[in-house]
Amino acid sequence: MELLTLFWVFFKIGLFTVGGGYAMIPLIQTETVACGWTTATEVVDFIAVSESTPGPFAVNMATFLGTKVGGVPGAICATVGVVLPSFLIILLIARFFKSFQNNRYVMGGMRGLRPAALGLLSAALISIALKNFFPAGADFSGFSAFFSHIDYISIGICIIIYLLHQKFKMHPILVVALSASFGLIFYWLLPMLIPGMAAWIV
Amino acid sequence: MRLFKRNIPQLFLVFFKIGLFTFGGGYAMIPFIQREIVENKQWITDEEMLDMFAIAESTPGVVAVNTATFVGYRIAGFWGSLVATIGVVLPAFIVISLLSPIILLYQNNLIVAYAFRGIRAGVVVLIFSAARKLFKKSPKDLFSYLIMAVAFCYCLFTSWSTIYVLLIALASGLIVTCVSTLQERRRR
Repeated sequence: MELLTLFWVFFKIGLFTVGGGYAMIPLIQTETVACGWTTATEVVDFIAVSESTPGPFAVNMATFLGTKVGGVPGAICATVGVVLPSFLIILLIARFFKSFQNNRYVMGGMRGLRPAALGLLSAALISIALKNFFPAGADFSGFSAFFSHIDYISIGICIIIYLLHQKFKMHPILVVALSASFGLIFYWLLPMLIPGMAAWIV
Repeated sequence: MRLFKRNIPQLFLVFFKIGLFTFGGGYAMIPFIQREIVENKQWITDEEMLDMFAIAESTPGVVAVNTATFVGYRIAGFWGSLVATIGVVLPAFIVISLLSPIILLYQNNLIVAYAFRGIRAGVVVLIFSAARKLFKKSPKDLFSYLIMAVAFCYCLFTSWSTIYVLLIALASGLIVTCVSTLQERRRR
């Protein structure tokens, strides 16, 4: 039964990846194409869309493919499948943590894990920033090549939002709404009004 | 654990909001959790959130869901974890399952793409502020700095799975704690 397969495949995807959404991409690609739900080229599109819709990337993929294969019931099976391993495992760990969090060894482990998590977060930050500022990749073949590959608008939006955030301590929802608007203004509206600006856009 | 029954509807709403506005996965969730749960509702502290996030990154599964489940459990036990998980997954689920054909139609629309480019720039600022806040609250000893630097370089310069560096960090923390405990005992 297709619904059961949807559940099972996405359950496997949820169970066998550690470290978050993007590490799941290879597994998602191989499994979904093997099941005949999508093609190798189409799945890349699905991945791109899943990164743009709100919510966790892997969950979005599950919902998209589930809907495509089996409508709303398919979406439910796939989504529940991908979420269930997380839910069950964390539930177990959270219970354990609650009873043992003052245990010397647990505290010792956390003492190492905490700075590592912060290091991971910082690395993710840098890599997201680089992907934004160099959307077509960095070109080191020469000065002008390098500078022409930089997305100045993205950097500009970052700086403006940063200054506003510093001054007004905005709610993250407001930041998202504002940066979406800036995206529209600086990438679409202004280039229509200012001749020649469109050539800047990477 | 006290079950804050009154919190459960609020918990659902908070995570529904988070699920609706988090673009870019688990890491982007942190600024929202900080603002809504740590600062506004004060249900957990920054330090607790970092702990839960550290574990959420180290275990199998979707990081964002792991985090929601853990924070939900911390706040209101099993029902809290259930409600938080459903809350964070539901918005995207509703939007996608109902509008999937339309979304796929507009995905290559340039205007939509530009709006998302803007959002990604904003997400950089949000994660930066969140990381800075957490950094201010973390211990400033040599060991922590070392682990932070190692994890940072490991992630940026290799494409190996993060699970290995996290296990090493876990083990190092254990070793360092055991060593200092032994030193303490010897002193007495």
